[in-house]
Amino acid sequence: MSRRVFVGVFEAEEDILGMAQAARERGLKIIDIFSPYAVHGMEQAAGIKPSRLPITCFILALLGAGLKTWFEFWTTSVNWPIDVGGKPWNSWPAFVPITFEVMVLFAGVGTVIALFIACRLYPGKKAKLAFPGVTDDRFAILLEESDATFDVEEITQLCKHFNSTHVEERTEESD
Amino acid sequence: MAEVQTNMRQPWILGDKKPIDVSNDICEIIERKPTGLWWAAFLTSLTMLIVGTVAVIYQMSTGIGTWGLNKTVGWAFDITNFVFWIGIGHAGTLISAILFLFRQKWRTSVNRAAEAMTLFAVMCAGLFPLIHMGRPWLFYWIVPYPNFRGPLWVNFRSPLCWDFFAISTYFTISAVFWYIGLMPDLATIRDRAKPGWRKKIMGFFSFGWNGSYRTWSRYEVVYLMLAGLATPLVLSVHTIVSMDFATSIVPGWHTTIFPPYFVAGAIFSGFAMVLTLMLIARKVMRLEDYFTVRHVDAMCKIIILTGSLVGLAYLTEFFTAAYSGNGYEQFVFFNRAAGPFAWAYWTMITCNVITPQLLWFKKIRSNLLLVFLLSIVVNIGMWFERFVIIVTSLHRDYLPSSWADYTPTIIEILTLVGSFGLFLTAFLLFCRFLPVIAIAEVKGVLSFGRPKKIRQPDLDGSETKEEAEPEMEGVTL
Repeated sequence: MSRRVFVGVFEAEEDILGMAQAARERGLKIIDIFSPYAVHGMEQAAGIKPSRLPITCFILALLGAGLKTWFEFWTTSVNWPIDVGGKPWNSWPAFVPITFEVMVLFAGVGTVIALFIACRLYPGKKAKLAFPGVTDDRFAILLEESDATFDVEEITQLCKHFNSTHVEERTEESD
Repeated sequence: MAEVQTNMRQPWILGDKKPIDVSNDICEIIERKPTGLWWAAFLTSLTMLIVGTVAVIYQMSTGIGTWGLNKTVGWAFDITNFVFWIGIGHAGTLISAILFLFRQKWRTSVNRAAEAMTLFAVMCAGLFPLIHMGRPWLFYWIVPYPNFRGPLWVNFRSPLCWDFFAISTYFTISAVFWYIGLMPDLATIRDRAKPGWRKKIMGFFSFGWNGSYRTWSRYEVVYLMLAGLATPLVLSVHTIVSMDFATSIVPGWHTTIFPPYFVAGAIFSGFAMVLTLMLIARKVMRLEDYFTVRHVDAMCKIIILTGSLVGLAYLTEFFTAAYSGNGYEQFVFFNRAAGPFAWAYWTMITCNVITPQLLWFKKIRSNLLLVFLLSIVVNIGMWFERFVIIVTSLHRDYLPSSWADYTPTIIEILTLVGSFGLFLTAFLLFCRFLPVIAIAEVKGVLSFGRPKKIRQPDLDGSETKEEAEPEMEGVTL
């Protein structure tokens, strides 16, 4: 199914923030916003749920630490216990450093993989740019022209108010 | 429209730049042909690397008897280099992670280069224990994997085993952190490049990055998570390195002050190395607007702080030895300051404690040539610190009959030269092919287009008419 998309292009961070907020307040459906750098406050302006990645990170950290603790216990006191300097087989305080390192390794690498999955980023993926220059110095907002109430003229004026450099309408295949 | 600048501070990036200027400035460095200076530096580093490789091959095939070690001094040059390089690496993580958590905006100009430096320094560091094993082809024995030797697992109680885990984790996390930071910039280069190999390679490695705000939002969260994880990690790595020494019962090593002392020293030497490299890069690549005197100033202040911490640690060690009532401990410290290696000890004190104090003066901090020279002095001093700790603690042990001297052989010196070759070659290649400054992050701290106040237009009324007039002129709504 194809849909009509309205694209507004801006030059400054404050303009795209203002536009995103205005669009949200008017109840327009924001398909996506593209920017060359992380614009702070965009989550609030455009309305986006907080990411669940911190929880993922926490769970991965627990998993890493748990697995490593078990592994160190199993290797040194169950599978092949060796007397090292008369220390008890399960000399757990000595296991702390490696447990910490493995926890960080699991959490760090795992969270990044989770990011790639969540954002569907993978090596060799062909980038779909909303407008040339969104990775350089342009900010673009994509709005869905959902129904008859979408007043192109009004939105164009709104974009102009925020110093848009370019507006266009296009038809694209929706996902 | 009245532009009211409420920002009392000067901007970190000079030249009143717009985002497009940042992309142009940084990308042009890698898009133009390398200069003669770059080739000269690259060929010199490559020669050093080749010389080092030959030395390593020679000592591998002949055996580590080619070193100046003896029964008493079993650790010397090699472990000194290992600790030196791993310490250099710490500044990169400090800048990218700890300063990120502290919201220090100036880090954006240095973090990319510092993180790259971390990676290359950790590579150099990792080589030394590998060489030191004597039979490096069996290095995988340190990995706890099911094997047919028992299964004989690694000794998880040994700090050397902790070290393996700490350094490999550190390298992995640093690499991931660096790569994540690079992705938006790779996309910028990709979209600027003309069709060709650069576009293809950048297209592959930028993972289809398109700057969507959902991606940015998650990206920021992950960046914060990684910074939060890397902060304790970087502290743990040098702590564990110090435990290689501190858990032994060798006088001069067996002290509880080692972890904080090593971490402070690591940051101290790392910042000096970042300054050395960035001051050269700034001149050669014309990054004066990005890496300004204020950046140097901020870094110098961290050098004063960490340098003074290191000085305090030297004093504390002496006090502890004097107060301990332990004759062996007292002897080691007396021997350090007045024994055969007193020249190394006083070089260390001069370079690490005395000369960095010059940085208290603003005049000196803003003289970049002096800062550059001082940063090299700190690097030398920190190398000697590790040498002093390792060699002077060992060479005169409990039994005077086994006292020995230590002189490095030419093979050991060439191995150190080779590690510098590896470090500089890798760094120069990085400067050629990847953006040396984090483009996307610098764009985020420019003063261009920052929201001062978001005005909502009143399309029906006339309250904001005055402000909106220039754009709305002649339009009937």
